[in-house]
Amino acid sequence: MTDVSLPRREPFALRFPSVMVFVAILALFTVGVTILSEGFGIGVISTSFVKTLGKTLCLCLVALAMDLVWGYCGILSLGHMAFFGLGGYAIGMWLMYARTEIIVLESLAAAPLPPTPQEVSDGIASQIFGVVGASEFPPIWAFAHSLPLQLLAVVLVPGLLALVFGWLAFRSRVTGVYLSILTQAMTLALSLHLFQNDSGLRGNNGLSGLQNLPGQSDVSQDIVSLWFFWGSALALGLGYLLCAWIVSGKFGSVIRAIRDDEARVRFLGYPVEAFKLAIFTVTAVIAGIAGALYYPQAGIINPAELAPIASIYLAVWVAIGGRGRLYGAVIGAAFVSLVSTWFTGGQAPDINLGFYTISWVDWWTVLLGLSFVCVTLYAPKGIGGLVDILIDRKGPNRHGADLGPDQGALREQEADK
Amino acid sequence: MSTLLEVSGVSVSFDGFKAINNLSFQIADAELRAVIGPNGAGKTTFMDIITGKTRPDEGRVVYGDRGDSLLKMSESKIAQAGIGRKFQRPTVFEDQSVFDNLMMALKKTRGPLAVLFFKPTKDDNDKVADLAEQIGLSGALHRKSGELSHGQKQWLEIGMLLAQDPRLLLVDEPAAGMTPAEREHTTDILREAAKTRAVVVVEHDMEFVRRLNCKVTVLHEGSVLAEGSLDHVTKNQQVIEVYLGR
Amino acid sequence: MLRFATLFLTWLSLSGPAMAQQADAPIQRLLQTHSDVLLESSRRTIGPAVDALANSGLPEAQVVLDKWQNKEMWVDEETGLFVYAEEIDRDTLRIYDFADGTEIGEVPDDAFDQLKPNSGIRGLIATALVQFQLSDPDPDTRRRALDAIERGAEESHLAALRVSLPNETDDTIRARKDRLERLLTIRYGETDAERITAIQSFGGDLSVDVRAALNPLLAVRVEAADALPDAPDIGRVLQPGSEALPRDEAYELLVGADLAKPRISREDQRNALVANISDGQVAGVQVATLDSQAARDMAYAALAEQGTVTAVATEAEVDDRLASHVFYERYIGAPPEVVAAAQLALQAIENKVHVNQAIDLGLDALSLASIYFLAAIGLAITFGVMGVINMAHGEFIMMGAYTGYVVQLFIPDYTLSIIVAIPLAFAVTFGAGVAMERLVIRWLYHRPLETLLATFGISIALQQLAKNIFGTQARPLTAPDWLDGSLVINDIVSISYIRIAIFVLALLFLALFLFVMNRTRLGLEVRAVTQNPRMAASMGINPDKINMLTFGFGSGIAGIAGVAIGLYAKVTSEMGSDYIVQSFMTVVVGGVGNIWGTLLGATMVGSLQKGIEWLNPSNTLAAQTYMILFIILFIQFRPKGIIALKGRAAEA
Repeated sequence: MTDVSLPRREPFALRFPSVMVFVAILALFTVGVTILSEGFGIGVISTSFVKTLGKTLCLCLVALAMDLVWGYCGILSLGHMAFFGLGGYAIGMWLMYARTEIIVLESLAAAPLPPTPQEVSDGIASQIFGVVGASEFPPIWAFAHSLPLQLLAVVLVPGLLALVFGWLAFRSRVTGVYLSILTQAMTLALSLHLFQNDSGLRGNNGLSGLQNLPGQSDVSQDIVSLWFFWGSALALGLGYLLCAWIVSGKFGSVIRAIRDDEARVRFLGYPVEAFKLAIFTVTAVIAGIAGALYYPQAGIINPAELAPIASIYLAVWVAIGGRGRLYGAVIGAAFVSLVSTWFTGGQAPDINLGFYTISWVDWWTVLLGLSFVCVTLYAPKGIGGLVDILIDRKGPNRHGADLGPDQGALREQEADK
Repeated sequence: MSTLLEVSGVSVSFDGFKAINNLSFQIADAELRAVIGPNGAGKTTFMDIITGKTRPDEGRVVYGDRGDSLLKMSESKIAQAGIGRKFQRPTVFEDQSVFDNLMMALKKTRGPLAVLFFKPTKDDNDKVADLAEQIGLSGALHRKSGELSHGQKQWLEIGMLLAQDPRLLLVDEPAAGMTPAEREHTTDILREAAKTRAVVVVEHDMEFVRRLNCKVTVLHEGSVLAEGSLDHVTKNQQVIEVYLGR
Repeated sequence: MLRFATLFLTWLSLSGPAMAQQADAPIQRLLQTHSDVLLESSRRTIGPAVDALANSGLPEAQVVLDKWQNKEMWVDEETGLFVYAEEIDRDTLRIYDFADGTEIGEVPDDAFDQLKPNSGIRGLIATALVQFQLSDPDPDTRRRALDAIERGAEESHLAALRVSLPNETDDTIRARKDRLERLLTIRYGETDAERITAIQSFGGDLSVDVRAALNPLLAVRVEAADALPDAPDIGRVLQPGSEALPRDEAYELLVGADLAKPRISREDQRNALVANISDGQVAGVQVATLDSQAARDMAYAALAEQGTVTAVATEAEVDDRLASHVFYERYIGAPPEVVAAAQLALQAIENKVHVNQAIDLGLDALSLASIYFLAAIGLAITFGVMGVINMAHGEFIMMGAYTGYVVQLFIPDYTLSIIVAIPLAFAVTFGAGVAMERLVIRWLYHRPLETLLATFGISIALQQLAKNIFGTQARPLTAPDWLDGSLVINDIVSISYIRIAIFVLALLFLALFLFVMNRTRLGLEVRAVTQNPRMAASMGINPDKINMLTFGFGSGIAGIAGVAIGLYAKVTSEMGSDYIVQSFMTVVVGGVGNIWGTLLGATMVGSLQKGIEWLNPSNTLAAQTYMILFIILFIQFRPKGIIALKGRAAEA
């Protein structure tokens, strides 16, 4: 036996201070927003901005998922916004059904005869599907009446899709850019499917009126927005803890190893495919939950939300925030989505060049695209890299040599310890 | 000594080029074997076949006491069955500490769930410390392995292999890029390891092979050219031709 | 009468300048014979008069029919003589004699009555006129008559055709007449035998009009009976509840034939119940309990027992009635033998139609494949040869298309503008590609995921840039006139010239690619750099320059593809993203690094999409969805594509 010092088993929180810092900041932020809100506080922050902040928290959660699957496991999935959208659709179906049911029951209550179940169902169906010229419930709405079942669907639908797709893709050793393109194709197929009127989800009309909670019509949106804000904050906090726990132990060690050199991990005897599948599925479920919290705050979901470009933006957020570190994903999602809102919302002042006026509504996307290129080229650590500078930690100096044994993989320094 | 691994009649070709041609090879438990051969002799492909990276076009690869065929097993299954491999270039996970690298390699249940809920016991920590001692990296346990010197990385990789506790160890050019002192250390580690398990060393360097002092197999154009002690094979006319004739 | 007329004529001739009408000309006499019916002008009685005129053999009869049809025939109120006239102004007519067409003079219209044949009568007249037109000396008139018959054939045309057929001198017109005669025989032939002969004469004819003539013969009426009647004109037996005969329809049939009690719709039932609410009850049932269909049925049955409403069939009765009847089709279009012949002929035609549809589908698939190939070939170079993922490839296609659009703004001649646009598009996208390679890609070699992301960034920026410059609406890229229209092979198989042009362009590109890669110094160097950049560099090849040129070449081809695609589809800022996923699919499915693989991939993706569209023609979105799903599955089984590289080359 030697007297080599081995890491002591300190409490989780102490070993990973960034987690505690994050949770504390999130808690402070939540309390702060509540105090400043219109619903329960002094009304400095408008209800619509509370919704924006709540939505941003959901985006941070899905960015966390993306970071786990991409930053840690090296799978550049261009399908996680599709899982996000599926979660939104799952909860949206119940919201729309339950609210329409209340309206239909009210209108039928005035009829001379009490309504039969069939009449109620027909009434709801024609209300919901009138826009696509249908009047019957498609089979996928079979569980829409039940909140618990649809909540289950929020988890199961993205989870199962990820499981099946991931099993197929990983089993045949599709990796790297091929996998990215394949996930993009999956996303495209899904959004094209949803765009059809006979998809059973109202085609390109999508689901709307989701901001109204069934049975809570007397509660004002000021209050509802805060409920969802708290829910989103809680989900983000729990999601962060879960992700931090996953990446902290040997599991995290293995998935980072998979990212860096998949073949080597295989020769160590780890079933790489099972690990990838597990991460892919878990992050899809997280994305689904994030979507289920997001869309009631957005109020409407349509197939455009699932288009491949959305998933690409997700990758952009994580890259700008700094992948391979959980808080990087959160920072990236929050920063880019809020700045995007600011620019595209028309609040940003236009720049008058004399001969041409740069209107940010039009030019923001150009700027975003180019800044993304710059981040990829010059600051692969993203905004999170600033934290390293702040606490003065540098990676090993490799004198410009490629990181890792194989060319092709850039290996970021881990930041969680 | 019972046969641990038997490769018989294996052939594989890439786009018409026969990398391995009707190769047969046997190794027993606790045997040290050196495989030598000129460039393109199929040494690496030979290892690829055993470890499941390349599927042969024909032939059998049988391993272990029960005589399982390796051809239908995935790489990870083969590794779990007790075949460890060290690559030509040192492949350690540079982004992670020496400790993490060794802990990952430690022989444990490899399934995702088991890994997710894994907590190292004192025993595990001790094992890692022992290994570190063995490979001379005790002082570097908490350094990122990317910061290690080339030779240290080679040792770390050998250490990871030992942590796997394999029954068959395949080592590809372990001495490449090492200082003479490091080479000596490496030889010791390999000879030590071969006391309890089978070790196959692929090497170019005759001096290194001589120091291993074991049976030698010469590969040429995908099949076995000669087998025996180093002195025996170096006297073989064909071997001389192959090594010097061109 | 005649005497009186003569007298009157005499009077007329005295009172007018040149008013002399041949009252006893044969045509006038004929008209006088049918004067009563002519003046009565009734669809029911006019027949003999029209026939008499048509069959009179008088050459003037055609004029009469013509003028009559055009409401230009007038009758003298006093003499009863018929003339035709032009209205000079509101009160004055210039009248002409039917007998020889001479002008009689200008008269006030007070003394004349206009004959106003209604549309029914005009139809009869037109039919009668046809026989004159069919034998008209002017071939154009004959052709017009045939056109008219083709548009709306009538039974009487058949006889007219047959009369005119032997005297036809023009061969093409005779052929048309003959064909038309047979078509009309199918419809109106008197004997079954001649109809069957006519049907058989059309074996395998693909024209739509043959099918239009045959299909009505197969018209059926669905009938119901206790047992299947044993009659020759019985067609299929239908199952109620099947697609051909939905359950409700089957039951309606029974009700219509008085074979079953009527049913009541839920709404009518509800209304009936509502109408009979008294004191919160319906037939003794509390209204509040009527919240299920079963309860409502019971309440309605109770009402029916009271006699307040008519009894209706219950579901059980409906099932029972349906089960105890047979539903079958009865041919009502023609006698059974004719039906059999028509079925046989249609079957032969259908078979041929299927073959031709398959050919047409194949051509469609080929042209779609050419488009995918065009879109993908640039990618095959940058991705396949260099291993660089360029997500902005779609935007290069878009740039090419917009270049074409801008060129057309300056050069109005479409042919010239396309000729200018193609090299210009190549130049523009070549430049853009080189710039992108220099500024971005070269820093990211061997980091494919980062390349993918960075090029995504460029793609987003370029797309928005195009939106800012050209707006969001689609811009036209107009093809020259000589590319308009299609090559029509028969009624089913046709292909537009623009698709042929795109196909040819795809072949040209394939040839160009093969030439550049295999026969030029550049291709040699590109292959060298691809396989071993360090070795290539040590042999004096500048890998930087080669990479730059290769990337530019791939991008330039995307630009030309953009012009081609722009001619075929609309130019929008999003057109690139419409093709990018399919393009990558094409390259990946075919096998990376192999142009033949790309060709096979494009063929597969194109034919797959067309095939799925054919199975489900209403929904191209679904076709794309299923195609992508299929490709995802395909990649499961051949992850390296159709043509896979093996061994070390594949791992490089």
